[in-house]
Amino acid sequence: MASMPIPVAELLDRALVAELTVIDGKGRPVTYPLIPLYDGERVYMTSSTLFSRKLEHIDANTKVAVSITDPVSVGGRTDRATIQGDARVIADDPHGGWERLMPIWSAKEPAIVAFLKERVALPLFFERALIEIEPRRVLYWSDGDAQSPPEITTLAAEAVS
Amino acid sequence: MTAIAEGRNTPELDARAGFEKLATYPYQIVTWVDDSGYPMSVVVEAAVAPAGLTATFSPPAGLTVPADRPVSLTGSHIHPQPGYGYDERRHVTVWGHATTDGEGITLTGSSAWGWDEAEVPFFEYSERSLAQSRRYFDALSAERGTPVKPKLSFGFLTLRTTRLPFLTATIIPVVLGILIAASHGAFDLVAAALTVIGAAFVQLGLNVANDVFDTVQGADDANVTPTKFSGGSRVIQYGLVSLRQMAGLATVFYVLAGAIGLVLLATHGSTALLVIGVVGIIVSLGYTAPPLKLVYRGLGEIAVAIGFGPMMLLGAYVVQTGGTLSWEPFVASIPVALLVALILYVNEIPDRRGDALAGKRTLPVRFSRQVVISGYNVAVTAAYVALAVGVVAGILPVPTLLMLLTIPIALRVSRGLAPNYDSPYGLMAIMGTNVQLHLRAGLLLLAAYVIVIVASVLAPSLDLFVG
Repeated sequence: MASMPIPVAELLDRALVAELTVIDGKGRPVTYPLIPLYDGERVYMTSSTLFSRKLEHIDANTKVAVSITDPVSVGGRTDRATIQGDARVIADDPHGGWERLMPIWSAKEPAIVAFLKERVALPLFFERALIEIEPRRVLYWSDGDAQSPPEITTLAAEAVS
Repeated sequence: MTAIAEGRNTPELDARAGFEKLATYPYQIVTWVDDSGYPMSVVVEAAVAPAGLTATFSPPAGLTVPADRPVSLTGSHIHPQPGYGYDERRHVTVWGHATTDGEGITLTGSSAWGWDEAEVPFFEYSERSLAQSRRYFDALSAERGTPVKPKLSFGFLTLRTTRLPFLTATIIPVVLGILIAASHGAFDLVAAALTVIGAAFVQLGLNVANDVFDTVQGADDANVTPTKFSGGSRVIQYGLVSLRQMAGLATVFYVLAGAIGLVLLATHGSTALLVIGVVGIIVSLGYTAPPLKLVYRGLGEIAVAIGFGPMMLLGAYVVQTGGTLSWEPFVASIPVALLVALILYVNEIPDRRGDALAGKRTLPVRFSRQVVISGYNVAVTAAYVALAVGVVAGILPVPTLLMLLTIPIALRVSRGLAPNYDSPYGLMAIMGTNVQLHLRAGLLLLAAYVIVIVASVLAPSLDLFVG
């Protein structure tokens, strides 16, 4: 089985924001900007219960895509990638379960540590579910230009549902 | 401020408005669901024509944008803040269908959605999204067959539920009343402690009951721009504490306050204390509770001025003196009353839209921006004038003029109202400064009476009153 291409792993590590696209009940793609948190194997994102419609969509259709497109969010790099994969929502403990990702999250957004200490100010923002994405297929544009065909890497077969 | 329809968390966007926003992004992300059922996203640089509800772009190499299913174009922006995170968040998506011709691929838009924190601040966006959070927890509870609720640590929950930091509004006048009595030679430590605790329970009861009645009457639900100083504790809205639990908590606080009041009446009772106690409880309960609903009738500011000014101060004074009244505690209570009423008054400014929807006729609801700002200036000036007149008339001791040191703080609040009037979150710093004004003015008055008491011991012949 292939592994995540190194440049794409670097993009995931650096990106302050990526676009998570889920599929809604009408079959439309719905895109949400979120911080990608990559542990070397899976891509994680978190969602406050306040903005949890995306979680309902994932529960109904696990197929998602994560794209990294903004050079500003990756420190000026111009390469781009889209990762297609299967997501699952982990909501065992909305209050604190997501905090295991704090080391990766705070490395990208240091202010989150201070915000969390003040969770009394916005309690529901810190009631969160984890979105765990198993990458299936990666499309990579080394020059960031969609006029060139992407390098495609298949990481794993589609999940049997 | 952007108008948002009731029940929505972002402003309604039609396809044209969506395209207008999309045109401001340096590139767009075209997204569709591919034949394997996964979303596919590719960056394009589209020529956006909002008037024609279209965006045209070159076909991405090696990929097929389908014509038989929905396609979206998304713009997304952040501004990185190294060492912090990022800000200036905004994104927009336009959905439609794609057609291919000699020019390339044209997306004809039919609907749009997006958020721009410059239009809808994050805190407001969050408050407007409470229904989604409730729906999520309800679904989770149904799935698990047991209630799943948001949580806060006991300490944070206590702080938030009772609005404990606002207790300074009680402690200042009560301790001032006790110190004035002490300067008159009347002091009982146990009675003083019971007075402070009893009065604190009255305020805690008021704070919690206020949330209960504002929720029942819809004011807190209608308010989508609460701040740490305004809009109530929101623990009911957030699902942290139930309405029933809050009602129970308010009852406990009032019962404790009543019990301490009875002890004080039994040990230091007087007609004056009985009248002040009964009226105090009625004003406290009637602040938001039917049938009085003082704050809903435009009497909230006066009720707070009387309750946290003369009632608290004179009440504490008569406990110590056994019922004897004098002009000095009454005059000393006037600036305290005005400054505490101004805390409520300024805090009502960001709440005014929600209050108006709930029929809460506060002064900022009833009057124009200019009148409200002028009203602040008149009232805060009156606080200092009342103090100065009290000193010149020989009713208040000269050291109380220390309170004049807070005039620069009052000026900061006054100058900050106009530029932040329509920005609840910009106003937050001004509200904080206004709370500080009451606190510091109160502490300086307390310090003044400490000076009077110490001077009376060290230099009994020294007269600290004019005339």
